[in-house]
Amino acid sequence: MEKILLRNIENPDSADINEYIKAGGYKALLKALEFKPADIVGEVRKSGIRGRGGAGFPTGMKWAFASADPKKPRYILCNADEGEPGTFKDRPILEKNPHLLIEGMIISGYALEAEYGYIYLRGEYPAAKGILNAAVEQAYEKGYLGDNILGKGVRLHLSVHQGAGAYICGEETALIESLEGKRGQPRIKPPFPVNEGFLSKPTVINNVETLANIPYIIEIGADAYAAIGSPDCPGPKLFSVSGHVKRPGVYELPMGVSLRDIIYNHSGGILDDKKLKAVIPGGISTPILPADAIDCPMDFVNMPKHGSMLGSGAVMVFDETVDLVKICYRAIKFFEHESCGKCTPCREGVGWMRAILERISGGSGTAGDIDLLIEVSNNITGKTFCPLGDGAAMTAQNFIKHFRNEFEKKINNGSVKRAA
Amino acid sequence: MLSENTVKEIGLIRSKYHDAQSSLLPALYVVQREHGWLSPEALKEVGEILNVPKAEVKGVSTFYAMFRHKPIGRHLIQLCTNVACMIMGSENLLNILKDRYGLEPNGTTVDGRFSLVVMECIGACGTAPAMLVDTDFHDNLTEKRITEILESYK
Repeated sequence: MEKILLRNIENPDSADINEYIKAGGYKALLKALEFKPADIVGEVRKSGIRGRGGAGFPTGMKWAFASADPKKPRYILCNADEGEPGTFKDRPILEKNPHLLIEGMIISGYALEAEYGYIYLRGEYPAAKGILNAAVEQAYEKGYLGDNILGKGVRLHLSVHQGAGAYICGEETALIESLEGKRGQPRIKPPFPVNEGFLSKPTVINNVETLANIPYIIEIGADAYAAIGSPDCPGPKLFSVSGHVKRPGVYELPMGVSLRDIIYNHSGGILDDKKLKAVIPGGISTPILPADAIDCPMDFVNMPKHGSMLGSGAVMVFDETVDLVKICYRAIKFFEHESCGKCTPCREGVGWMRAILERISGGSGTAGDIDLLIEVSNNITGKTFCPLGDGAAMTAQNFIKHFRNEFEKKINNGSVKRAA
Repeated sequence: MLSENTVKEIGLIRSKYHDAQSSLLPALYVVQREHGWLSPEALKEVGEILNVPKAEVKGVSTFYAMFRHKPIGRHLIQLCTNVACMIMGSENLLNILKDRYGLEPNGTTVDGRFSLVVMECIGACGTAPAMLVDTDFHDNLTEKRITEILESYK
């Protein structure tokens, strides 16, 4: 497949605006400015693109909701708080192709009649911060940003805002709180950000990869875009592959490519030709799959039918030597660390889950611990403002569902040792 | 006391936002870059400049893992220990830091050269294990490489 999101990134100067323009960049913006804002919203809606941050919500619908709210000013925010463990797909866009993102944001700003935009960038990407700041400055110099973009009377001001190491700020309402200079704790929904977002004004928050798709949709048109990848879930998709594969990295492939194909073809198969044991297909919060369940199309619509989710497309591969109880313990420890503390079931419950997993993993688990872990996790699911607690519960439940024998073995070996 | 330049830079940041508190996180970054950490006095001063109550400033700054509230060494090592880095050997790297430098998580070497913080995912899973030293990214770490890299930070 022709590269769209990772186009031109082999060029060492790909982040420079002149190189971007030479490769055809900012043409989609020129084209977009020929249309009415509502037509752009309509085109994005027709393209069928779903948000790439993990939830897969139709982008055009989100835009239409915000456009329908008369409150001004409106804001366009880019979620560059890529924090889901296993995910590093937005990094090549941020570091190598920043103008693709900026062009996408200008088109979005025009479509939504939003005059102010912020890129909320995670604190752990200091290199990207410098690159994005330089790119924004170049875009101002060339007249793509400012009070009168390309002399067309369109205004967008854009700046980069750096987060400070809080996974929860990838959740859109927590991101808004954080951008407002507060603790990054999620808000209850509704109201949704499209009506009451940043500073209580209509706000659209899109993932880096989503915004990077916008110029291409405008360039080739909604119908041609909708023909790429899966029906109901079209477009190119970035997959970040890590763990025990021969060629880990970021791959741009059509939506709906099979998980097996990603692992065995694009990523070269399992490291040292060992046997595959399990895969987490979409970042740490998505359900783990055993080795025999990888013949599934990787998109937002089909993955739930195969027992998991597309999430952020972060494929984490585990070979036969991996101790999955330990991985599960480490994952839950992560959720405990990142729980914002607002909702009791998550704040307390995930800590209890970690304590149970710590003793099972350390060999001092007891016979009832697995059921206790399931019970505690059931008491978190659906009882919190945001999906962080649900993610923790789902992670542990699916590790147990597919690999209960490994947990039991740890507990049995531990009690044998204690008896001896 | 914040320097004149820092106060000026905070003023410049303030002008990019429609309300004062939105500039709090960037302002804290500016102060941390100057002092290495955020002292209670510095937090108070930032609050006064932005007209944000000092309890709020403290509540916000302590929420975020990357803001530091005690002095640190000359160089900050932020080593990722999340799943991808863990299965590719970050635990061994932690042992090396302990053996070679006497460095424990949240600790500082006796000579004040390095401080260590263990991180959740830093987005380098494809080239794990990885760390940040100050603002420099280093990945594909091995026992040999981490020692060589750290020797270049004096």
